Amino acid sequence: MTNAETSSINQNGTQMSDQNNQTSPSSLSDVAANRAERKVAGTLPLGTGLEARGVHAWFDKHHALEDVSLDFSAGTVTALIGPSGCGKSTFIRTLNRMHEFIPNTSMAGQVLLDGKDIYEAGIDVTKIRLQIGMVFQKPNPFPSMTIGENVLSGLKLAQLKVSNHDELLEECLTRAGLWTEVKDRLGAHAGGLSGGQQQRLCIARALAVKPKVLLMDEPCSALDPGSTLRIEETISQLSKTMTIVIVTHNMQQAARVSDYTAFFLSDGGPGQMIEMGPTNEIFSRPRDQRTENYVTGRFG
Amino acid sequence: MSTNTVQSTVKPTRPWAPSPKDRLITATSVALAILVSFIVVAATPMKGKLAYAFIFFIAWLAIDSALVIGKAGMKGVRDGLAAKITLLGGAIVIMAVTSILWSVVSRGLKGLNLAFVTQNMREASLFDPIGKGGILHAIVGTLMLILIAIIISVPMGILTALYLTEIKGRAAGLIQFLVQAMSGVPSVVAGLFIYAAIILNTPLRASSFLGGLALTILMVPTVTRTAQEVLNLVPRDLREAGLAMGATQWKTVALVVIPAARSGLITATILGVARIAGETAPLLFTVGTFDSYNFNPVKGENTAIPIVVWRALNGGSPESIQRAWSAILVLLIVVLVLFVAARALGSRTAKK
Amino acid sequence: MSVAAPTKVTPPARVITTKPRVSDQIFRGIVTTFSFSALVILSLIALFLFLKGYSTLREQGLGFITHFEWNITTSDSGKEVAHFGLQAMLVGTVVISIIALFIAVPLSVLTAIFLTFYAPSGVKKLLVTVIDLMAAFPSILYGLWGYFVLMPMAEYWAKLLQKWLGWIYIFDVPQAAYSRSPFIAGIVLSVMIIPIITSVSREVFSQTPLDRVQAAYALGSSKWGMIRAVVLPFGAGGVVGGSMLGLGRAFGETVAVYSVLNIVFRTNFHILFTQGGNVASMIIQKFGEAGKTEISALIAAGLVLFILTLLVNFAANFVVTKTVKSGR
Repeated sequence: MTNAETSSINQNGTQMSDQNNQTSPSSLSDVAANRAERKVAGTLPLGTGLEARGVHAWFDKHHALEDVSLDFSAGTVTALIGPSGCGKSTFIRTLNRMHEFIPNTSMAGQVLLDGKDIYEAGIDVTKIRLQIGMVFQKPNPFPSMTIGENVLSGLKLAQLKVSNHDELLEECLTRAGLWTEVKDRLGAHAGGLSGGQQQRLCIARALAVKPKVLLMDEPCSALDPGSTLRIEETISQLSKTMTIVIVTHNMQQAARVSDYTAFFLSDGGPGQMIEMGPTNEIFSRPRDQRTENYVTGRFG
Repeated sequence: MSTNTVQSTVKPTRPWAPSPKDRLITATSVALAILVSFIVVAATPMKGKLAYAFIFFIAWLAIDSALVIGKAGMKGVRDGLAAKITLLGGAIVIMAVTSILWSVVSRGLKGLNLAFVTQNMREASLFDPIGKGGILHAIVGTLMLILIAIIISVPMGILTALYLTEIKGRAAGLIQFLVQAMSGVPSVVAGLFIYAAIILNTPLRASSFLGGLALTILMVPTVTRTAQEVLNLVPRDLREAGLAMGATQWKTVALVVIPAARSGLITATILGVARIAGETAPLLFTVGTFDSYNFNPVKGENTAIPIVVWRALNGGSPESIQRAWSAILVLLIVVLVLFVAARALGSRTAKK
Repeated sequence: MSVAAPTKVTPPARVITTKPRVSDQIFRGIVTTFSFSALVILSLIALFLFLKGYSTLREQGLGFITHFEWNITTSDSGKEVAHFGLQAMLVGTVVISIIALFIAVPLSVLTAIFLTFYAPSGVKKLLVTVIDLMAAFPSILYGLWGYFVLMPMAEYWAKLLQKWLGWIYIFDVPQAAYSRSPFIAGIVLSVMIIPIITSVSREVFSQTPLDRVQAAYALGSSKWGMIRAVVLPFGAGGVVGGSMLGLGRAFGETVAVYSVLNIVFRTNFHILFTQGGNVASMIIQKFGEAGKTEISALIAAGLVLFILTLLVNFAANFVVTKTVKSGR
């Protein structure tokens, strides 16, 4: 990113500091268009990616998510946007089978990773979660472990053998953008890091088990703008080697980091996926009126 | 790519829950493991319930691991082992409780008849066969002790709790600490204290009153702690409403807070009583023993159910042992009733 | 000429006072007085036990704790010579309590884990009620059960232990006498303290922060892996606190131990052998026939027990409050 582009983003960033402002779609789509040009197509073989087919989700009897079908191509970043409570987080948790941890939940439909349904009977769910990683909204490093131990904790939990721990440690922390800040204190406890650093640590931890897909549930909403930008840079770098799905409330963020965007909405009933497309199209010429209302700030 | 609204004919499913096939496999593994344990015990010199249990556990572990290892590898095997060990721990605890309850009920019932709960021991001895003499005097004695203990410890406990929740003075931390310390006093020390302080120093001799005092020491911390929890549950707005109307603090407490916490305070009392109803050691120093009714709390020795059990147990003959079991069954029924009452009241407060 | 901006002055806070009404003053007075009853009672206990036990303490000195004879003999000149030494009983108290902890802590932690993470909700409610009920059983019931039901089984286990592990000092026995041993007393005590350790452990395990639990699962952890990585480190302090509370209870147990332990004034580390003691049950054993000198000694023994349990309970409550209430 050149300085000129950075400053234009910052300018746009300060212009659109909250969601309910009157931003014209063209500036958001400019940002998205810039990103589309900057993106280098993924080159690594990543399989056929992740696909959701007809996914429904229930909490007890409450139908929270209805018939969502989305195809996440390998090597892309997809943003899920929409107002609060419309099922984005619920949906993303069906993608790595975390939805089932809440008691009395159920689902329907399929989620295919490389063509195989992850909800098939007889599948070892822990193996699925090694391939589909997740970063949460609130950074959650393990406080009883050091920084180094945190990064490698995924290996220990999955009992994976790795020949060179130090190499993997450095690689993951570098990809997460944290190496230079912590390389001299890998033995320190994770609790001493700032919020943004902890979140990057969580990203490094998720990377250590080499997932094909990384799910991010509003990863920057609890962080300051400086950390947010740093993490967005990380996302851009990571998308070269994995598929990323990110839930975000921040439309500018969606415009900055994603290749595709899906818009979710609930009209009081179950949440639905209204529209999905390349990011710059969603922001400049959305096909559905509801999408246009949202991205132009008429509600949200 | 927008979706059309699909009519909800889609049924919710839970693909992660164990399917009927999974359950069948588990049941078969367990049955198979039981079979193996019987075979091994028959074929080798190992014997006894311990042998069955041990072999069963190993066999079940082996079968289950074989099934899991294909799907989840060593990690799955370890996870399964941990789950089984956890289950084993819980099972052992449950077996212990069941054993206790079963032995009390099965042995105690044999000696439990009408005479047992309606007569006293004035004309019978512990070694007489069942049917002669009963423990009614001891039941009365226990009730007297409980009554005395309640009269002293409930006000003390509630007042202490009030200090901690309403007044919250500077000494609150110290008092909290002391109440916790008091809850750790061994029952034998409580009895010994009353003996040393009163029987050795004053003309007073063993009586229900002294026993009640010893039990008070054990009951106050329980009442205080529970009362404190319950009083803290009363919402602050209630107190503020009272004070805002210009009521004094004591009026607010007496007319607003305590009525609001009433059932909880009764729970606190019941839990305190359950705690002391079965205590034996303190009574041995302070109450003495007696074979008939003594309704005078301050004069003359008395008895209580735990004392009867103690003496019957130490008697050693089959008849006295039988009396011991039956008496403890009566005591256990009393404790159980109190416990259930406390639970019922407690959940009613929570629902309110 | 520039005008200086007025400097901001913050007024000092006003001291707010109120003079309570007379009725309230009386109320506060009464409540405060009664709440010091805990302090008064504890002090009185210490005081009277000390006063009445003083003669023994003065005579025996530190030997009261370190010697292990307990008898009154008449010397050649006709004088009564008393030897009171608690060492065997103190050691015995600690020995059976440690055995109890050894059995109870693993069982309680496993049960707490089972209840919090594995048990279906109906089973869990039932078991929690049963375990709470267990805490309300009278201790003499444990004595009866221990002697008549448990002991025959435990003697068999003791024989097995001696047969297979008798080469270890504590499992060796000078004679084949296995009834009423520290081992059996330890088992009975463990059953008595399991409810309290289980319930404290359960409380702390159920407070494990959900975000860490989810982080472990999202990394592909199995349930046991998550428990090991998140729940146990988080709950360790609470488990220790609960165990110490159980220890305090075990120290003071009287009638249950009396029924299943053969009290002998000799320090005995062969736990399978029928010889042991604990201060509380020794007191009730000797009390019935004690003369004046011995009563003073028993009271002094009660004082020692009181101080011991007080110390353990202080420590336990400290640990529990720091870990369970504040979370980690």
